[in-house]
Amino acid sequence: MKFQPIDQFAATLPPDKRASVYQSTKATHEKRTKLLFDQFADPNRLREIAGGIKQHAIENLDTLLPRVEAKLKANGVRVHWAATADSACATVLGIMRARGATRMVKAKTMVSEEIELAPYLEKHGMEALETDLGEFIVQIDHDHPSHIVRPIIHKNRREIATSFEREGLGAYDDDPGTITRRARHFLRHKYLAADVGLTGANFISAESGRIVLVTNEGNSRFCLAATKCHIALVGIEKVVARDRDLALLLNLLGRSATAQELTAYTEFISGPKAAAQPDGPEEMHVIFVDNGRTEVLASECREILRCIRCGACLNVCPVYRQVSGHGYRSVYPGPVGAVLSPLLLGKKFPQKADLAKASSLCGACHEVCPVNIPIPDLLLRLRHRAKEESVPSPGTPPMGAWALLASQPTAWKAALAGGRVLNYLPAKLLPVPALHTWAATHTLPPWRGGEFRKWLRQRPKP
Amino acid sequence: MLNAERTPLTGKRVQLMATCLCDAFYDDLAVATVQVLEHLGVEVVFPEAQTCCGQPAFNGGDWAASRKVVRHTVKTFAGDEPVVVPSGSCAAMMFHGALLEFEKEPDLPEVEALGRRTWELADFIVNGLGVKTWPGRFDATVALHRACHTRGTGSSEAAAMLLRSIAGLKMVEFGEGEQCCGFGGTFSVAFPNISTAMGDLKLDHIRAVKPDVLVSGDMSCMMHLGGLAQQEGKPIKTQHLAQVLRDALRGGVASSG
Ligand code: SF4
Repeated sequence: MKFQPIDQFAATLPPDKRASVYQSTKATHEKRTKLLFDQFADPNRLREIAGGIKQHAIENLDTLLPRVEAKLKANGVRVHWAATADSACATVLGIMRARGATRMVKAKTMVSEEIELAPYLEKHGMEALETDLGEFIVQIDHDHPSHIVRPIIHKNRREIATSFEREGLGAYDDDPGTITRRARHFLRHKYLAADVGLTGANFISAESGRIVLVTNEGNSRFCLAATKCHIALVGIEKVVARDRDLALLLNLLGRSATAQELTAYTEFISGPKAAAQPDGPEEMHVIFVDNGRTEVLASECREILRCIRCGACLNVCPVYRQVSGHGYRSVYPGPVGAVLSPLLLGKKFPQKADLAKASSLCGACHEVCPVNIPIPDLLLRLRHRAKEESVPSPGTPPMGAWALLASQPTAWKAALAGGRVLNYLPAKLLPVPALHTWAATHTLPPWRGGEFRKWLRQRPKP
Repeated sequence: MLNAERTPLTGKRVQLMATCLCDAFYDDLAVATVQVLEHLGVEVVFPEAQTCCGQPAFNGGDWAASRKVVRHTVKTFAGDEPVVVPSGSCAAMMFHGALLEFEKEPDLPEVEALGRRTWELADFIVNGLGVKTWPGRFDATVALHRACHTRGTGSSEAAAMLLRSIAGLKMVEFGEGEQCCGFGGTFSVAFPNISTAMGDLKLDHIRAVKPDVLVSGDMSCMMHLGGLAQQEGKPIKTQHLAQVLRDALRGGVASSG
């Protein structure tokens, strides 16, 4: 019998990687929960309100996007629209070439991972250096992020020290302070030499055209301190209607992502540097990226576009904890990724339809999501879509015969009596593969089909 | 998954949805459910034609197959009485899952109507009937596994409230109680490695607090955890909440089951 790819991945994941993921996610989840419930009388109500704010925004993109474009232009920002990953990458390259730029410093942005910007730029002779410590380590290791907030959740400091030694960043030393210092020293020179700074946006307000960026390392500031050109890659779902919406969203983002009241740095950027300002990028571009999002918006799973990429659903997810991010074969792993990654593929949905199956539907993700996305419902819708599109799904038994049985009481009762063979035959002789798997790891209870009905019939009437 | 707009209770007659798991394996749990309800003065009717709630196919994505079963269930449980289910998972299928797969179906209103009068057992006792304490005696240390499918509903808290009120019963909490046991129906078949790893983690937490009995409002979780523990040669005693309530009425210790 064949198993699901994610399950196979879990079986081969080295125990130390699993342990790193488990310890980190568990600690963050527990701190997050404590902080929210210590500080707010009813955090669940806040999650609902935040969900409402984002839902309103994604349902009104048709008016909010033109509004934010007008604001940005009025603020002196050049606005670009990219329907696909390729066109987003090409737009960035075009901006760099037009300026004669060759060196980019990047802050952490998931959408740049999604469109595979750094490899694209490198292929075209540009340097695109990650400056978030985790992303920097991923980059020097030619690895992939395994968590949307903590890209190197799967690595321990010994691995990192080895990588630093290999890259000539100093003799082996796995002290976290030393690792950080060395990265900082190396990056500092790069910031000064760079031509272009690239960031994402956690939010963008249609009311003011302000871009909001949150980081804990301050690297996005450095990216914009010495460079003359700022490019922001923004998924179209990042727009919110009003500045005041940001208060709640920022309060929930920091707490949900890293159990902080507020991330260490929160920047509001309204445009290129003004004449009176001594420093800062004199040129600013915002590239709005679709790359499948409009299709998600048109689907029955549009709520997933509320996501503010906090990672709380990854941290709490028992499946993610067993698998790590890499098992999901996607930039977005965990519960959010199990919904978003197959959807973003559009017509190629079947390639990742299995992700939606990788859930016991326990609902922990829904319970923690700061924008209250009903992730289990969306996973179910995707399973239904996969079935409709006849995507094969290893390990999922066909349900036709069962449905027939369960809608005909006479046949059902006969089957209850017939199931008694289970008591006399070893499970591996039964013609049901599902039972083999189960029986390999579980002791089955004795079959008692029909016994309750017999009791009801025979007992003295109460 | 809160079953918010519930039909108010009238009268003391209920229809029992025993679940396919009880029909096939756990007859004593169904018996205990009847006895517990009758102890509360509730008349229990068992619609003979009942089969399954339709959840396996629903979770598997085969909504056409699942709807067939749900339609049969709607027909079987016709009437106005509350439907009581000794399983949070099957109850949630009726008041939440089924609504999702019937969203675009003409008979959605009938499905909704059944959902509004479907209750998980502990929720029914505590929040429906208003019974907040349980008589009798049960001399054991009990750990309650809070099953996932009633997250956001009153079920787990109701179960805990009843258990805590029983004389002689000592409740122990274990680590990461909000985490899933790893069963998830066909999930445990299609993802055996992940499912058993989740189960083992749960078992470690449970064993650490050394309960005499592991109790849940969902026997499917118990089938998974109990079966896993037994296969590993370190069996744990599992019971459904209904069995504990029934055994407490007998003033005894845990029955086998
Ligand atoms: S789906 Fe919700 S919990 Fe998960 S990353 Fe997005 S906002 Fe956070």
